[in-house]
Amino acid sequence: MNFSIGLTVNGVRRDVELDDPRVTLLDLLRERLDLTGTKKGCDRGQCGACTVLVDGRRVNSCLALAVSHDGANVLTIEGVSRGDQLHPVQAAFIAHDGFQCGFCTPGQIMSAIGLIQEAQTGDDPERIREAMSGNLCRCGAYAGITEAVVEARQSLADSNQRRSA
Amino acid sequence: MNNFEYVRPATISDAVAAATRTGAAYLASGTNLLDLMKGGIARPSRLVDIMHLPGLDRVERLPDGGLRIGTLVRNADLAHDPDFATYYPAIAEALLSGASAQLRNAATVGGNLLQRTRCGYFYDVASACNKRSPGSGCDARDGENRLHAVLGWSEACMATHPSDFCVPLVALDAIVEIEGRNGRREVALESLHRLPGDTPEQENVLEPGDLIVALRLPAEARAFAPHARYLKVRERTSYAFAVVSAAAALRIEQGRIKDVRLALGGVAAKPWRARAAEESLADAEPTADAFRRAAQVALADAKPSGDNLFKIELARRILIRTLTLAAAGTPDRIPALPASPFSSVSGALHVA
Repeated sequence: MNFSIGLTVNGVRRDVELDDPRVTLLDLLRERLDLTGTKKGCDRGQCGACTVLVDGRRVNSCLALAVSHDGANVLTIEGVSRGDQLHPVQAAFIAHDGFQCGFCTPGQIMSAIGLIQEAQTGDDPERIREAMSGNLCRCGAYAGITEAVVEARQSLADSNQRRSA
Repeated sequence: MNNFEYVRPATISDAVAAATRTGAAYLASGTNLLDLMKGGIARPSRLVDIMHLPGLDRVERLPDGGLRIGTLVRNADLAHDPDFATYYPAIAEALLSGASAQLRNAATVGGNLLQRTRCGYFYDVASACNKRSPGSGCDARDGENRLHAVLGWSEACMATHPSDFCVPLVALDAIVEIEGRNGRREVALESLHRLPGDTPEQENVLEPGDLIVALRLPAEARAFAPHARYLKVRERTSYAFAVVSAAAALRIEQGRIKDVRLALGGVAAKPWRARAAEESLADAEPTADAFRRAAQVALADAKPSGDNLFKIELARRILIRTLTLAAAGTPDRIPALPASPFSSVSGALHVA
């Protein structure tokens, strides 16, 4: 049996025919929509490499059935920059060496964007580390990741302030 | 993952009818179920998707002062609801000590209650497991069992219930609302999960088709807000299940304990309410001696199921620590490391 679903992915409406209800949101993005920036690490919700925003919230796309996400608004790493202008979180990861091999990085960045929108950590590195603990980095770039999130959060807060001033 | 029939009902009664069939399972967010299906541990022939059912994602204050939490409320939304965190701080802290931010954003209230044990032998389909495959035996008996149950276990099964959320809930007399083939009924959370006995595959009192629609906290639960904590010992700082955990809620008047609720997590196949220990504290002064006595009483029936004798002493100490911190007063803000006994802001000694 086929299932027709419609999602908005990075601002673009995508209508998809699913021939199998087992397809996860992660596999839909990677295998059907050719958005391979979102990574498949453990595929069991433990590593965070597959993190995307669904309706503005960071989730593990490997533990989400695509068929259940009819109508969802999905943001992946491919959708965060504005043309050549990096998202402030992307820029901060580069500035602070927040990665080495880069495999976990799309998930880290999506998780950091989600974290900043959740607005629960302030600039407390301890709260940021705790809130980023769902993203593993086997290269051990955690110190740079924490610094990058602190800085990106601040620069986003500053630009929001400028905009509202 | 086995293939399955995907059904998306429009109403609760349609959902109950669709899920009554043998082999059917409810799908909410799926953070536990999809993991189990990928490992071949759960093999439902039909998934009944309840995520789109209307009206199950609300938190409502009830006229009697209680609180009703819809089954589809996400763990993160509940924990970050300012009203909820103010009136039920130990529950919010427990929620934030579990899983990761991504999982808490997805996982639902009802799903948390019904999540399965993380016993490694339950998860390994090559191992004997009476819970997964009744009558096949239990490879945990002679296996890696240092994290297994010390209360209420049986020869058939020594798995623990992994939820943090359920521990303060059971302490505060939470009630589960269930819609089934014969209409609506209520069960105390304390009676929802079963101890293993000879039938560890029967984990709770739900019948085929039964759907948890809401969780309710009675009005009295709010009275504990000034003195309520949840603490959890885990093997890494964050994103780990409890080795042992405890919830303590006190009502203190004129230097005496007027009411107290205690529960333990990570020690049994269900969240473990410690009623005898509560009774030992009735009208007592909140002193270290009284807390030590209560901890002795709480673990009086505990016995190791394997290499886990240490968990009994650990549970006593975490209960004493939780009582000590609850008596000192609920912090204004949940600590940076929720439920951590090593939290830098707790001010507590590391040796209880």
